[in-house]
Amino acid sequence: MDKAALADRLGAPSGFGQSQFALTRGNAFEAKVKADGGAELLRLVHSRLDPGAEPPAKASVPDLSAHGPEGRTARTALALREAVDAGGWTLLDHPMLALDVAGSLAFLEPDAVVVHPDGSWTVVEIKSFPMLDGSADPAKVGAAARQSAVYVLALEDVAARLDPAPRVRHRVLLVCPRDFSNLPTASAVDVRKQRAVTARQLARLTRVEDIAGTLPEGTCFAPDRPAEELTAAVESVPAAYAPECLSACELAFHCRGRSRADGAVTSLGRPLRAELGGLSTVEDVLSAARGESGDPDDPAVAALRRAAALRAEALAQAAGREVADPCH
Amino acid sequence: MSLIATLARLEAVSTGRAQPAATVRHRRLSDRPLVFVPLTTAGEAGAPLGALVGTDRDAARLLVVPQPRDRDLRFAFLAELADVVLPYLDSYARDVEAAERTETDPETGKRVKVEVELCADAPQLIVPSRAGLDFVRLLGRSMRFRRTAEQDPEAPHPAPPRVPLLGRWLTHYGERARVPGSSLLLALTDVLSRHWATGQSSLEDQHLGALLAWIDPPPPSASPEQGAPQRARTGAEAAQWAELARDDEGQLRCPPAGPATDPAFDNKLLAPAIERYDRARTAFAAAEDAVQADDRLAALSAAEQHVRDLVESRVRPTWDAVWQGLDLLRALPEGAHVEERWTRDRWSFTGHRDRVLAGEPPQPRRDDAVTAANKLATREREQSRLEAQEALDDPLVMAGRRLAGEAFAGEVTDAVMAYSEGRRPSPRPLVTVRTDDRPHLAERAKVYRSLGGKPQAAEFVGYEGAPEDGVLVLRIVDKMGRGKEPEPGSVPEKGDAVCFTLFEHEQRGGAKLPDPEETPWTHGGPPGEAVPEAPDTVTVEDVL
Repeated sequence: MDKAALADRLGAPSGFGQSQFALTRGNAFEAKVKADGGAELLRLVHSRLDPGAEPPAKASVPDLSAHGPEGRTARTALALREAVDAGGWTLLDHPMLALDVAGSLAFLEPDAVVVHPDGSWTVVEIKSFPMLDGSADPAKVGAAARQSAVYVLALEDVAARLDPAPRVRHRVLLVCPRDFSNLPTASAVDVRKQRAVTARQLARLTRVEDIAGTLPEGTCFAPDRPAEELTAAVESVPAAYAPECLSACELAFHCRGRSRADGAVTSLGRPLRAELGGLSTVEDVLSAARGESGDPDDPAVAALRRAAALRAEALAQAAGREVADPCH
Repeated sequence: MSLIATLARLEAVSTGRAQPAATVRHRRLSDRPLVFVPLTTAGEAGAPLGALVGTDRDAARLLVVPQPRDRDLRFAFLAELADVVLPYLDSYARDVEAAERTETDPETGKRVKVEVELCADAPQLIVPSRAGLDFVRLLGRSMRFRRTAEQDPEAPHPAPPRVPLLGRWLTHYGERARVPGSSLLLALTDVLSRHWATGQSSLEDQHLGALLAWIDPPPPSASPEQGAPQRARTGAEAAQWAELARDDEGQLRCPPAGPATDPAFDNKLLAPAIERYDRARTAFAAAEDAVQADDRLAALSAAEQHVRDLVESRVRPTWDAVWQGLDLLRALPEGAHVEERWTRDRWSFTGHRDRVLAGEPPQPRRDDAVTAANKLATREREQSRLEAQEALDDPLVMAGRRLAGEAFAGEVTDAVMAYSEGRRPSPRPLVTVRTDDRPHLAERAKVYRSLGGKPQAAEFVGYEGAPEDGVLVLRIVDKMGRGKEPEPGSVPEKGDAVCFTLFEHEQRGGAKLPDPEETPWTHGGPPGEAVPEAPDTVTVEDVL
């Protein structure tokens, strides 16, 4: 489903887009890292992750092209098996992996996967943000680690079908430009935690069929449908908007509008929702704070009223600052 | 976030206007700040695209890099930036006053007072957003290890003079911005959201235009030709307009405060303009005679002007927004302790001025263990200082501390004179206070109140009746003078309104750290002889 097109039609276009400058630079950097049969990339894998193994003097780079994502996935699995049997270093450039997400297959394309001489597999993620004096932006590294963790999970599925199952390394290689240059440098990132979190979240996801089952008959998200019909269709799927969605989902602005219209306090942030107890809308909270509703014995309500009284007192005090002021 | 701040946000949602989150201004605003609104090229590690910089809102200096991949053009940009920033910094470095500092005498090891210079005021840098702070640090890092032709005649691609110096200053300012409560380098979105609570999440508050829309929504008649709606808008509507509204060409009406640009701008406008500039430059270089060169030079300057106009069209709205934000902040009265924190900023500025004058090398890439530990300790100490001072300066902040049980306000219902036991009895009056607050008081807990700007300590004796009644007895223990009778006004009297805090008002320094030469082996051992840091290696495709 093309969520960006859908968001456009709903009148809440997503703000996502990629600058061609970033694209050009990212592609140029990736090409540079993988140039020459991946010699530089394999050197980095060898030095950062597997210095005990033989140096990657010659590595095989199998051709992974095939028809359609299913074909490429099968081709990747075959190439992985052959690489394990053959021993030595193998670089898989843009392999394709499949992962079961809530009952439907999602196809993933890591930047590269390296097969070590001992038969173990490493995910390689190439990013164009710089590693400055050995450290990179933690937020971006975190995002890259979460992304790689998904690849690790998908690779583990492939590995589990082999006998004996090869080891998928839980330390991935993050390749970035060094300082202000375009020269690659790399760092091993341990993604065990991200892998565990993702695995748990995937296991807990509601199956797509179950969600589809609750929708009214004939619900359709094709962007060529009339806008009202689309709005109704999107409405029929429950969404729990939080501000974090803005950086992740194309439909976030649509959901934010809905969430604000409903007066949901979560639209101001999840932590804020947590401290308000059972009160979930702006008006509920404010009327409880004013003492017009709510159970005074409820600790959340009592705390709110106390906070409202203190706030009013402080603002009044500031308004008449010339009046004697014990605290200040 | 405290419940009080949460309430303020919810009220902002309900009223459609930002609500006060502070009643005084907790940061210093210089009379003549240097505003710096940078833009970068997407995908490059902070390769500058342009900037507006200046101390006068009507006289911004526009700096543009027409081809951000070109090293010479980048150097020209940095040199121009240095021409604006360094004279500004210098203008504050000369005006000094005498001050005293305690130093350890190297010969006797005693603490002695030394007469030193302290700059009377310090220059202040303002950037629009937190990403701007990071960019200042990045610029500082990229410049401070550069070598000029004078420093190293052999260096490939020598940097223009003064560029490494600018790098050291920007690094200093970037580091200082990490110290809580400092005002040398401020990100406007941070300062604004410290003082106002909007009806959106703190994530969305990072957008300067949206933040200002909540605090000071444009009047209903604002620029109808630009498509702004006619009726009065709520903060939410105005903020959404600032975030998302696009013109007929698909460009944001309120461009992001940067330093990153909107991808639609990059792809539709900037990329073709830069391409045109590249073509004009190639053509100019290939010109065969003077007449042809003249024509092509004209085409080249036209192409360059086009890029400049585009960049200006993106930074100008942010430039105006920054000054608007500064006006809003200036309208708030300054908190009582801001001056004291600003003095620390002046010390910081003076200290770096002296290090530069003394010819010390640029800040290293990585701090040694002792420096790092000192920085961390300073930040922690300044954080507690800031929290205490903000509460003392601002009843709204104090309200949050009272709600959290870290302070209480009430009325004195009784004051009884008592004396300490011992050879020379001193006054230890017992004061009974009735409060509606619920302080978390342990037995014999120390509490403090502000008495003429100095903290007076008291000891919690116990509750009169049940703790729920809120009647508590305190024993005042200091600031009553040397005599047997307390000095007048130093003991609260019946009927006085008082406010005590459970936290200390002044921060004591932590344990002293060893000298760098004494660094224990657990922290890497002594750093050894300082080696000058090597400049970054220069490659063909550098971005800064």
